[in-house]
Amino acid sequence: MQKKSMKFYINKTWINVLLWILVAIVIYPLFWIFINSLKTNTDLFVNTFNIPTDPLFSNYVDAWNMGLSGYFLNSIIVGVISILATITIGAFCAYGLSRLQSKWKMMIYYLIIGGLLLSPQSALISLYRILESLNIYNTYLAMILPYIAFRLPFAIFLMHTYFMDFPKELEDSALIDGCNTFTTFTKIVLPISKPILSAISIMTAIFVWNEFLFAMVFLEDSGLYTIPIGLYNFKDALATNWTALLAGIIIATIPIIVLFLFMSKSFIRGLTEGSVKG
Amino acid sequence: MRKNKIYFIYIIPALVFIIVFVYVPIVQNFYFSMFKMNSYTDEWTFVGLNHYLNIVKDPIFYTALKNNTLYAVFSIIFQVGFGLFLAILIDSKFVGKRLKVVFRNIYFLPSLISITAVALMFYFIYNPNIGMLNGFLDLLGLSEWKTAWLANPNTAIYSVIAMSQWQYTGYIMVLLLVAIQKIPRDLYEAAEIDGATEFQKAFYITIPGIKGMLVATSIITVIGSFKLFTEIYVTTGGGPYNTTQVLGTYMYRSAFLFDEMGYGSAVAVIIFIITFVTSLIQIKLSKKRNKG
Repeated sequence: MQKKSMKFYINKTWINVLLWILVAIVIYPLFWIFINSLKTNTDLFVNTFNIPTDPLFSNYVDAWNMGLSGYFLNSIIVGVISILATITIGAFCAYGLSRLQSKWKMMIYYLIIGGLLLSPQSALISLYRILESLNIYNTYLAMILPYIAFRLPFAIFLMHTYFMDFPKELEDSALIDGCNTFTTFTKIVLPISKPILSAISIMTAIFVWNEFLFAMVFLEDSGLYTIPIGLYNFKDALATNWTALLAGIIIATIPIIVLFLFMSKSFIRGLTEGSVKG
Repeated sequence: MRKNKIYFIYIIPALVFIIVFVYVPIVQNFYFSMFKMNSYTDEWTFVGLNHYLNIVKDPIFYTALKNNTLYAVFSIIFQVGFGLFLAILIDSKFVGKRLKVVFRNIYFLPSLISITAVALMFYFIYNPNIGMLNGFLDLLGLSEWKTAWLANPNTAIYSVIAMSQWQYTGYIMVLLLVAIQKIPRDLYEAAEIDGATEFQKAFYITIPGIKGMLVATSIITVIGSFKLFTEIYVTTGGGPYNTTQVLGTYMYRSAFLFDEMGYGSAVAVIIFIITFVTSLIQIKLSKKRNKG
C-alpha cells in the first residue's frame, strides 16, 4: 500500500506540472499581447516583456475611435439578424419536418441536411455573382443571407432531432384544447426547446463574430465591415500605431469570452452535439 | 391532412434559402469552371476542361495541396493525438475535481478567439524585431535560432500550422473529454479490482470507448484543413514566394486578384470534391458507429 501511494504521488506530480506548463503556454501569449497593448509605441520597441509601470488605456480609446466602434456595431447588427432568422426559419422548418407525413419527407430532410457537406468556399465565386445580380452586393444583406443559408442545415439538424423526441401527448392535449398547429408550436414546443435554441444561437453568434471570407469578398465599403475584416484592415491602417492594434485585438476578443463565462453549459452542448468547427 | 399542408408551408422558407444560397452557387460553380470570364466584361468563352488541365500543370497548385495536407497531418497528430493524451490525463484520478474544470476551460479558451484576432496576435509574436518568440530565444541564449518566422520560406508554413495547434488543440480535447466522461464509471472500477494499470485502462477502456468521437474529430480536423483560408491570408497572404499558399488562398487569388473567375471556380470545384468526399466518409463511419 505504501509503495503504491509513492507511485501515485510521482504520477500526480508530473501530470500536474505538465498541465500547468500547458496553461502557461496558452495564457502567456495572451498576457504578452495584453501588457503590450498598454504601452506607448516607443516602449514597445524597447522591451516587450516588462509590465508597464504606467498603463496606457488610451490605446483602447484610440482603437475604439479609429473605427472599431463601427465594426462592433456592424457585427452586432449582422449577428442579431442572422441569429433571429436562423432560429425562426430553422425552428419552423424542423418542426414541420418532424410532424410532416408525406413520401417527400425524407427527400426534403436529406436535401436540407446535405447542405452540411458543402463548404462555403466552393460557393464563394458564384455567390458573389448572385449577390451582384440581386443588387445586394456590398450591403448587410450580402452577409446576412448567405450566413443564414449556411447555418440553417446545422440548426435544422439539431432541432429536428430535438423535436422528434418531444412527447406527443403534450401537443395532442393542446390540440384538443383548441390550439392550432401554430400556437401549439409557439406556446408549447418552443418554450421547452430553450436549451437547444440557445446552443444554436451561441454557435451562430461565434460563426458571425469570426466569419472572414464572405465579409471580405461581399463588401467594399469599410463602413459595413464586421470585426474580423475591420481588424484585418487595422493592420494596414495602423501600420505605425501597433499598440492600438493590440488593444483592438483584445477588445474584439472580450465579448465571446464573456459570453462563454456566462453560458459555458450551452457552449459545450452546442459543441458536442454539433462537432463542427468554424 | 390539412395540417400536412401547413407543415409544408413551415418547411418552405428554409428550403428556399438553402437552395438559392447553397445549392445553386455550388452547381453553378461547376458550370463556371468551364468558361473563361472576368468581372468587367460579359464575354464568356467556353474552354471545357482546360482550366483543370492548367491547374494540374501549375506548381503553386501542388504547393497548396501539399500545405493543406501538411496542415491535416500536423492537426491530427497534435489536436487529436495530443488532445487525446491531455483528455486522458485530465480525466484521471491524478487531477483534482476543481482543477479538471480549470484546465478544461483554459485549454478551450483560444478556440473562442476569432481566427483573425489570433492570426494578428501571432503576426506580432513571430515578428523578427519585437516578437515574443525571438525575445524568448534571446533569453534562452538561442539567438542564432532567431528568424523572421513568417517571412522565411523554410519556417512560414510551420509557423502558421503551430499557431493553429495552439488555437484548436484544446477544442478537440474538450470534445474527447466529454466523450470520455460518458463512459460508464463501473467499467473502470471493475478494471481496477482486476488490478489494471492506468495505461491499460486508457488502452482497453477509454480509447475503444470513444472510438466514434476519435473518428469524428479526425475527420473534422481534416475537413478544416482543406477549408483553410483566414489563418493564411491574415498572417502571410500566401507568401513568401507562394510557399504558404493553400487551396483557399489559391482560389481567392485566381478569382479576385487575377480576375480569372473561371479558373478560380475550377479550384473551388476541387475544394468541393475533397471536402464533400471527406464529409461523406464521416457520415458513413458515424452511421456504422450508431448501428454497432
